[in-house]
Amino acid sequence: MNIGETLLKLWNESGFNAIISGFLADGGWKSLVMIAIACVMFYLGIVKKFEPLLMVGLAAGCLLTNLPGANLYHSELWTAFMAGEIGFGDILHDGGLLDIFYIGVKTGVYPCLIFLGVGAMTDFGPLLSNPKSLLLGAAAQMGVFLAFFGATLLGFTGPEAASIGIIGGADGPTAILTTSRLAPQLLGPIAIAAYTYMALIPLIQPPFMKLLTTKKERAIKMEQTRTVSKTEKIVFPIVVTIFVVLLLPDTAALIGCLMLGNLLKECGVTDRLSDTAQNALMNIVTILLSLSVGATMVAENFLALETFYIIVLGVVAFILSTVGGLLVGKLMCWLSGGKINPLIGAAGVSAVPMAARVANTEGQKANPANFLLMHAMGPNVAGVIGSAIAAGFLLKVFGA
Amino acid sequence: MPLLTIPGEEAGLQVMDSLITAVLGYAVVFFGLVLLMVVVTMIGKIFAAKAAKAADKAPAEEPVTEVKEETDAPTAPGSAGDVKLHNVEPKIAAMLMAIVADKMQKPINELRFISIKEVE
Repeated sequence: MNIGETLLKLWNESGFNAIISGFLADGGWKSLVMIAIACVMFYLGIVKKFEPLLMVGLAAGCLLTNLPGANLYHSELWTAFMAGEIGFGDILHDGGLLDIFYIGVKTGVYPCLIFLGVGAMTDFGPLLSNPKSLLLGAAAQMGVFLAFFGATLLGFTGPEAASIGIIGGADGPTAILTTSRLAPQLLGPIAIAAYTYMALIPLIQPPFMKLLTTKKERAIKMEQTRTVSKTEKIVFPIVVTIFVVLLLPDTAALIGCLMLGNLLKECGVTDRLSDTAQNALMNIVTILLSLSVGATMVAENFLALETFYIIVLGVVAFILSTVGGLLVGKLMCWLSGGKINPLIGAAGVSAVPMAARVANTEGQKANPANFLLMHAMGPNVAGVIGSAIAAGFLLKVFGA
Repeated sequence: MPLLTIPGEEAGLQVMDSLITAVLGYAVVFFGLVLLMVVVTMIGKIFAAKAAKAADKAPAEEPVTEVKEETDAPTAPGSAGDVKLHNVEPKIAAMLMAIVADKMQKPINELRFISIKEVE
């Protein structure tokens, strides 16, 4: 064996050579930019603690997919898949590790399993004790539809605009499921925008809360809600599944899994399954989901003007959803004779429990003896159902 | 372009179609959650009525003498009598007492709470 030839072969096949020799012609610089973006994402996740459980995986996926020669993810295979030229069997045969993980996103399995875990971790008691919270969960979907409208004005197609709008639902799994079905080429930037803005809720929401409410309104102390019986908590997921899925069958996967997870938690006879859904299963799926979504951030798709639009429209969607919740919160405050604190409307944007915590914090700033957390949890979990219904509607209108 | 023929990855949406879709989508979300609100309210009322019925039945079944015995029963060892609550729910008071005992690392029956008042 000739050592010189072996070393030359090693060099020729290395990623360093791919970047240097194809720096300009083959987009080597783009790989470097994407590697830098992955490092920024690592920083945001690890140092700034922006949704770290997902951000670290997203960054790792982005890094691995943009290292030349790694061949873990092949966007060209998925383009051929979308065109109907190849099937899942070909992906399993010819794809890399991240292609195989990505099948779980493409089939919608991961977001639904995440919803199973979310359901098992959610207490719908505050919602049941105050059903009017559902109105705030609906109001706070305003950003979804206004951002959708804005995206169409910027020239995005209907399915793309729907995927961008759903960022306003502030619900990661819902955004991923909708985008993977309607506009998979935008999955990377949409997932990044959704999870980054969810982490930034304590910065995004308070200025609008202060702008749209008076100090007197923010200081309103709400009455203690009634105690909800165990039987009600068991009946609720079954009733929601029946009504929502009958209304919008496209929500069956998301709502079905969310409510099954909640039933496992509340029924009292499936503690082991509830524990698995909340912990082991949730953690495994989070790793697979974040890695495979991060892998879709290939330079050719990500470094485009559309990504900038998505980032801007995403924050607009979040703000408009917050405004929608606050405005209906103010209306309910007025109609109830000042018994409802309008701040809880902002918690209708989903992002459980971050948005409810922000409402509680702002309430306490106006009145230190004000405890809004449990009152805000009602609209907060209503927002999860609301964003799933919004996604179901958009999938129904724009789905193939 | 009629609304139901909007899907199509290549075609851009007409502004009016897009606006109608947005308004319709928001309305559908409201309709779905209002429907759910009605159902949840009804379920809540049914369960509340059942609980009220059960509460009405319960005292009738108990003999009067037993109730008297209970009220006359001696307090638990170490108990320091009643605590006066001012504008505080008994549940909240119990929680506060448990927190104080926990923070002080003392058994709750060795502490004496005289009154609990909400500070406005």
